[in-house]
Formats: sequence, C-alpha cells, structure tokens
Amino acid sequence: MSHEKAINDLKIKSSMFSLEGITSSLHQWLYATLSPTFALLAECVIVILLAIALFAALGLVLVLMERKVAAHIQIRLGPNRVGPGGMFQTVADTLKLIMKEGLTPDKADKFLFNLAPFIVMIVAMLLLAPIAFAKGFQIWDINIGVLYLSAISSLSVIGILMAGWASNNKYSLLGAMRSGAQIVSYELSAGLAILSIVVLSGSLQISDIIAAQENGWWLFKGHIPVIISFVIFIIAVTAETNRAPFDLAEAESELTAGFHTEYSGMRFALFFLAEYINIFIVCAIGATLFLGGWMPLHIGHWEGFNHIMDYIPSSIWFFGKTIFLIFLIMWFRWTFPRLRVDQLLNLEWKYLLPISMLNLILVTIIAIFGWHF
Amino acid sequence: MGSVSLIALLVAAVAFSAGGILIGQILVKGSKNPQKGQAYECGIPTITSPWHQFNVGYYLFALLFLIFDVELIFLYPWAVVVKQVGIVALFEILVFIFILFMGFLYAHKKGALQWS
Repeated sequence: MSHEKAINDLKIKSSMFSLEGITSSLHQWLYATLSPTFALLAECVIVILLAIALFAALGLVLVLMERKVAAHIQIRLGPNRVGPGGMFQTVADTLKLIMKEGLTPDKADKFLFNLAPFIVMIVAMLLLAPIAFAKGFQIWDINIGVLYLSAISSLSVIGILMAGWASNNKYSLLGAMRSGAQIVSYELSAGLAILSIVVLSGSLQISDIIAAQENGWWLFKGHIPVIISFVIFIIAVTAETNRAPFDLAEAESELTAGFHTEYSGMRFALFFLAEYINIFIVCAIGATLFLGGWMPLHIGHWEGFNHIMDYIPSSIWFFGKTIFLIFLIMWFRWTFPRLRVDQLLNLEWKYLLPISMLNLILVTIIAIFGWHF
Repeated sequence: MGSVSLIALLVAAVAFSAGGILIGQILVKGSKNPQKGQAYECGIPTITSPWHQFNVGYYLFALLFLIFDVELIFLYPWAVVVKQVGIVALFEILVFIFILFMGFLYAHKKGALQWS
C-alpha cells in the first residue's frame, strides 16, 4: 500500500507544477482577491500576453525549423552564422523587416490593402481559442469546438482574396484567385475527414474528443478508414495552407510571390507569420483529432506502460505530436514537385472528395457497430 | 474562460499587427520616388488594369463548393448523434449522400470539373 501512496504523492507533486495546476490555482487566486470584473479583465490580459508571446515564439521557431529541415534534406548546413547553430537567424530577419519601408502602391485600394494583413492575423489568432495545449490548458473549451475551428479557418481566404484584389497587380490577383479556389476546394475533404472523428467521438467539443482517446489514439483505434481520413486530412491541410506541392498560389517562378507580391516591411512579415501560425494550427488540430492531443500514448489495458507514459507532461505530448506533423508537411515540400492548377483541382474533386465521402460511410458503419477498439 | 476570450484574442491580434506596423513606420525614414508607387511587374510600365474578367472556371468551382459546404453543415449535427440513433441514421445519410453524389456525377458529366 505504501507503494501506491508514494505514487499518489508523486502525482500530486507533479500536478502542482503542471500547467493545469498553475492555471486553476491562478484562476482561484484571481477570483478570490479581485472583484469578478477585474479578475476577468486580468485573465483577458494574461490571455492576450500569452497569445502574443506564442505567436512571436512560433514565428521564430518555425521559420528556423523550416530552413534547417530544408537544409538538412538538401545536405547543406542552413543558417549557422547568427547565434549558436543559427538560432537567432529569424530574430535578425525580423529586425531587418522592421527596418524596411512599408510601401503601398499608388493605384492600390488603400483601405483594403491595409486591412488584409489584419484579417489574416485575426483569423490566425481566433483559431487558438479551442486548442488544448495541455491538460486543462485551453483558452475556451467551446461545445462546438470542431465546427468553430472549421468555420473560422475558412475566413482566412477572405484576407487572401482581399490582399490580392487590393494590390492592383496581376500577379497578386492571379495568386489570390488560385489560392481561393484551392482553399475552398480542399476545405471540403478536410471537413469530411474531421467529421469521421466527430462520428467516432460523438461530440464536437475538443476536450470530449481527447477524452475519447484515453485508451488509444483514434489513428490506431479506428482501423483503416481512420488512417485513410488522416491521410486525406494531411493532404487537404497542406493544400489549405498553400504549402508545396500545392503552392501554386505563390509559385515563385511564375507569380513572383502570389497574393503578397506588393507587400513589404512589417505587412509582409505579418502575412509570413500568419502562414506559419496556420501551419501550426492545422497540425495542432490534426494532432488533437487523430493523435490524441495532449493524451499520452496509452495502449488498452497495459497499466504499467500507461503509468510510465503519464509521467511525461501533457504539454510535451501535444507539442511533440504537433511538431512531428509540421515536420511531415515540411518534408513534403522537398519530396513532391509542384502541381498544375488543373491537376490540383482534379485531385480534390475527382479523387479526394468521393473517397472521403465513401470513407465517412465506412467510419459510420464502424462507429455504429462498435467495431473500433 | 468564456466567450470573452474571443474579444481578448481579437484585441491581441489587432495590437500585435498594429504594433508591428507602427514600430516599422516610426523607425523607418522612407525616401520619395515616383517609381516606388508602381506595381511590381517586369520593369516596364504596366499596361491595362488587372481588375478585369478572369477565367470562369473559378466561378464554377465556387458554386460547386457552396453546394458541398452546405452539405457539410448538415452533416455536423448528424455526426454528433449518429452513434445514439444507430442504423436508422446510417440509412438516412446513405440516401442524403446518394442524392448529392448524383448531383456530383451530373456536374462531372457536364464537364464542370474540367479545367479549361
């Protein structure tokens, strides 16, 4: 019995330092010392600061990661001059971008031109709300979390079309139109792939979906249909974030930079940052739905194994899975050649959409008869 | 936190973007040059405005997207309850997807999915 007591003590101790313990005790302390209005205000300020810090950190880390991964796949060193191993390369790049003049073309629609980066950033920021970064560390656990995510993420196309249209540049407009067609097309199969997890979990709430994966992640529990929807999801989000091999919206060799050709200085930096944040968010959604979010790797009734896995903090599980998916998407870029626009739309409308519709029916049959583990 | 968090995130996004752009504008002393305001193209002055007609294909795909996106909205509430309702829900969705699929095949036959 003393052995179990020791384990319990250890659990209590580790939970004190976990993010869940910190957030709940902070919440209690704020509401105990301040009046409810000010406590809510204080929480809002904390959320704002954390969100901005996360944005800055993700931008710096992911851009460096992209360049390092690209370099190692091409057997080069990548950035290695600024800081140890090129760690501060992105900081230097950001400083350079701050010092650049932000130009607005004379013939551009000035209002829309300046509004577009804001829209893209607001969409990226709002997507953070239902994402569970760790156990009990979620900004707002909305009961329609999955629907919220797909609704808000489809707004980003408005910012892109706005930027392309307002620039009064042929490259920008072409890039924006391609990007719009691509994003709306692939949204369908991404949505159907997400729905298959909703069918299995029976809930739209992110915390319920994670809780349903306590004895195994859906990717492993759901047999082949879930693996198919995972593959479709990864392909669709690669296209939705305009990543290679679906990067024909900003194909450098034909459209210079696509919809943000005319943007310079900090406005360009905001588009660039939003792109990487979007990659992070879609990978976080994929990790949450298919790989269990912050849930440690649990295998059925292997109590001992599950116990050991529980000692790894939930935030490390979440970020580990997300970074793995990001790495996968970065890997695609150096593996597949770019598609043509007709090939791109064929792939979605003639292959992915019918397959994901049939796959949804398969998943439904599995869910109804309880054939999953 | 409740729905207030969305307002907080909105404020965070606007503050972050506006702060970045403002810092840039304060720090940078730009120079004036009429060439700077021109559209970025090949170097020669641009002819014709880009704001004119473009390929009708984009419009067709947007219409098709609308149909399937509305279908997706109908599927969300269905997906939540399908496990409780059971086999009836499966048949209902089979009928639903069958009708939709017929429409999809019709669009395919008409050549709406062909990029020209």
